[in-house]
Amino acid sequence: MATKIMMPKLSDTMEEGVILKWVRKEGEKVKQGETLVEIESDKADMELEAYDSGVLRKIVVPEGGKAAIGALIAVIGDPNEDISGMLADVPLTPGKAVSAEKPKETAPKGAAPAQPPTPATPVQPAGQPGDGRTKASPLAKRLAQDHHVNIAGVQGSGPQGRVIKRDVEGVLSSGSAVPQRTYLAGTSEDVALSPIRKTIAKRMTESKTTAPHFYVTIEADMEPAMTFREQLNAASESKISFTDILIKATASALMRHPQINATYLGDSMKQYHYVHMAVAVALDEGLVTPIIRNCEQKGIAAINADLRDLAERARNRKLKPEEYTGATFTISNLGMYGVEEFVAIINPPEGAILAVGSIVEKPVVKKGAIVIGHTMKMTLSSDHRIIDGAVAARFLQDLKKILENPASLAL
Amino acid sequence: MSTTSAAPKKQHSRLFGLPKETLLDWYDDMLLVRRFEEKCAQLYGMGKIMGFCHLYNGQEAISTGAVKGAITRDDYVITAYRDHGLAISKGVDPKPIMAELLGKVTGTTRGQGGSMHIFDKETNFLGGHAIVGSHIPIAAGAAFASKYKGEKRVCLCFMGDGATNIGAFHEGLNLAALWKLPVVFIIENNRYSMGTSVRRSSAVEELIKKGLGYDLRTEVIDGFNVLEVYTKVKAAVDHARETYEPSLLEIRTYRYRGHSMSDPIHGHYRTKEEVEEQKKYDPISVFAEILKAEKLVDEEWLDEAEKRIKAIVEECVTFAENSPEPPLENLYDVYYKESNGE
Amino acid sequence: MPTVSLREALNQAIDEEMARDERVFLMGEEVAEYNGAYKVSQGLLAKWGPRRIIDTPIAEAGFAGIGIGAAMCGLRPIVEFMTWNFSLVAYDQIANHAAKMYSMTGGHFNVPMVFRGPGGAAHGLGATHSQALESIYAHIPGLKVVMPSTCKDAKGLLKTAIRDENPVIFIESEVMYGDKGEIPEGEYTIPFGVGEVKKEGKDVTLVSWSKVLAHIVWKSVEKLEEELGISIEVIDPRTIKPMDYDLIVESVKKTNRLLIVEEGWPFASVGAQLSDEITRRAFDYLDAPVERVNQEDVPLPYAKALEKHSLPNIDKIRAGLKKVLYID
Repeated sequence: MATKIMMPKLSDTMEEGVILKWVRKEGEKVKQGETLVEIESDKADMELEAYDSGVLRKIVVPEGGKAAIGALIAVIGDPNEDISGMLADVPLTPGKAVSAEKPKETAPKGAAPAQPPTPATPVQPAGQPGDGRTKASPLAKRLAQDHHVNIAGVQGSGPQGRVIKRDVEGVLSSGSAVPQRTYLAGTSEDVALSPIRKTIAKRMTESKTTAPHFYVTIEADMEPAMTFREQLNAASESKISFTDILIKATASALMRHPQINATYLGDSMKQYHYVHMAVAVALDEGLVTPIIRNCEQKGIAAINADLRDLAERARNRKLKPEEYTGATFTISNLGMYGVEEFVAIINPPEGAILAVGSIVEKPVVKKGAIVIGHTMKMTLSSDHRIIDGAVAARFLQDLKKILENPASLAL
Repeated sequence: MSTTSAAPKKQHSRLFGLPKETLLDWYDDMLLVRRFEEKCAQLYGMGKIMGFCHLYNGQEAISTGAVKGAITRDDYVITAYRDHGLAISKGVDPKPIMAELLGKVTGTTRGQGGSMHIFDKETNFLGGHAIVGSHIPIAAGAAFASKYKGEKRVCLCFMGDGATNIGAFHEGLNLAALWKLPVVFIIENNRYSMGTSVRRSSAVEELIKKGLGYDLRTEVIDGFNVLEVYTKVKAAVDHARETYEPSLLEIRTYRYRGHSMSDPIHGHYRTKEEVEEQKKYDPISVFAEILKAEKLVDEEWLDEAEKRIKAIVEECVTFAENSPEPPLENLYDVYYKESNGE
Repeated sequence: MPTVSLREALNQAIDEEMARDERVFLMGEEVAEYNGAYKVSQGLLAKWGPRRIIDTPIAEAGFAGIGIGAAMCGLRPIVEFMTWNFSLVAYDQIANHAAKMYSMTGGHFNVPMVFRGPGGAAHGLGATHSQALESIYAHIPGLKVVMPSTCKDAKGLLKTAIRDENPVIFIESEVMYGDKGEIPEGEYTIPFGVGEVKKEGKDVTLVSWSKVLAHIVWKSVEKLEEELGISIEVIDPRTIKPMDYDLIVESVKKTNRLLIVEEGWPFASVGAQLSDEITRRAFDYLDAPVERVNQEDVPLPYAKALEKHSLPNIDKIRAGLKKVLYID
């Protein structure tokens, strides 16, 4: 006869416990009276004895896992009996299992951990009733969507577990604006691929296996660009970023190196004398690359405006197909994450891609002396079918020159 | 007292000094109403007129004598839903009346009203009302406005015998009598409401008795003789114009068709024989005989009048059938009237 | 600005409009020699005479109909119902005739008139003398429905009503006639369809009108704000039809919650319409369903405690606020 093992109340103030160690493992025989598991309470580490003999059929909360008082942590039973009924309350996918809700029955104060099994408190998924729909007020839904919060993971404090404004605001103010997902440690989950993800998988495989990639890195002194940016912002209504300047500089360099701004066509290569610059924007589901067209003709302010608009619409999934197809070159920037240097995979049918790192403050040598400088590394991934090392190097040299002398962009 | 009307046996030795043109005009008018209503019956049977259609056949002496004869264009006329004849006699162009019945935008109310709601501001025809008796206080209101403004307009308020039993009838008559409003209330007693006789619905069968409760000037009139109607209604109208005092007139008449096109001509409430008997006193024929006796018309003229009237009615049908229906945009056109900044 | 009572404000409106337009006249029970059952028409008979200030017999259908006929023929009547309960006798005239005349006649005849009088509950008047009937008038196309809560609004709106080319249902309240308030000097009117934020707030939008606003909501607002630690935005629509939905939507976008407090019964009340309309227009801004405080769904009893419990009161408003703010 199977019995449920619940998280016991091991101190008068304990509300939840952490499983430190399962003394018995799944499938092992357990004898009444012996220690089954070690649990950390809010006050001390305690041992829980088994009060039934049997086989430890299922460990529900693994080592390191937390559970509220009264929550199911294991099932002991006969070796072959069906215990699925006991486990029915336990959802096996993340985001649902470990709940901080107060249990309906708690163990009497101070008693030994061995307790008669109490009926399992149905573990309520955050904010969800039995039919699996998330109940949320229209406002809460909108707020969650706007801030990229997964509303299914938000605990609802309204009637019937309705997620309301203060619940979403609570999640946001707790610091994380990324999807709230709780994992059951030690488990895996199957996450379905979004259409964007599938496309990326296909194209990147195609690119890496078809185009022979090679990589050239260069480091540029960014202090002139920093000064330049300040000057631009003094004269501009909207805030000009380094990305805007970088896009313009790259476009300018590409116009002088059409071999980089090119597509391999088998018997020929198409070299472009215009620059449609794709800029990578990260979304939850994956990468999208909205395109700023004709960068060679646009001033930095225009590029800034375009980029702002495209990024916004990319985030709202409002890009039209012509806005993310037809690029001649791509820039990818991971500098905002503190990444100094990385290599990117070329976006077919382009010939190259520029990976840009962060601007790093570090000691540099200028005029024979060590001073504090600001540099940025850029790595060009090139398709060797149409681009050689020297060609790539010359391009990067030019780009560095432009960045270190940004006034040249005015020519 | 029985309500069966005695056949008009009086001959009119004088025609009240009315010119011949006027009398022939009246004949045309009566005939036009009759032929118009007959055409309505035909079109209703063909499904071209929808909803309710209440026909005036047999009552023409009232509309012609009272409305065409006894009042002026400036005076008001208001009635219930048996309104085609009264509108025509008031001078409303029959072509838009026919168009209204067919639900066309060229109708008297642009297709908004239908058969029971013929209105025309220009000729002071105040409708066309479908709630029994409700228009009676409104009639008193029109008379009120006339008196308030110092005008000399009189309002003729027509109603059926059934309307004399409803509350608004009593409230309207009392107020008109109390405040001396120049309204002439005319009961077109055709003996039946739909399928219920006067005897079965009214505590008094002589309906003008109800006017005595309000101290009204009352009179019973033979509704089969247009000259009789004219004379007596005119007397009431003149009285109201001079003294502002209202009257209650009961005109005994008969309708040849059912209450509406949906109701039987005869059946449980009256016999076929009764209807046929009444047709012997057809007011149009009565008038024709009078005119012939006075040597004002001959058979040839009467035939020619038929043709003339028939052509007018055909013209109405053509006009109506060729007119467009109201566009959907019209739906909110007459919702609120905009202020003109007065 | 001069301070007047509500009845004086209405009196001034009628008087001024009668001076301005010869066609305006007042008709109703006890309006002339009695100087008005609630003294709204005090002094008008003496000033304007019996041609324009007219006592009627007890015949609501009759004199409402006379008003309609007169309006169709060029006059501008003000018809007073001693209370709106009695208007039901004239409901056929108003709903079937006044409301529909312009439309049904294809524009031949409009009915420029005002039906006015006190509506809603007073104290211990019983079921047939206490009804809030605005919804059954607002329901009929062709009518406009106006319900002021202050002296300033009452005068300005009544003048607009008298000048309107359409039949206007103007509902006052007998318990408000003594209310004092400031009104602007000189000539002014207030347009229809324009509500007013009577008090700004940020946590919840409360919409109410007429006596319920003037006598129940205002007496409760500050107390409830302090008690619940919230800030209430109070909106007075002033006209029920046309209703200023935009103003309320703007407020709900800010507060995310709406509470409607009215005296009508719950089924198909004005609040039911407002709730539906705002839910539709401001769906993405609502954190809770729209809450309504209504009169209990019963004919109003006479006994004091029963009456008080049936009508909107501070306890019901408190409960509504708590519900809509998720306060336990």
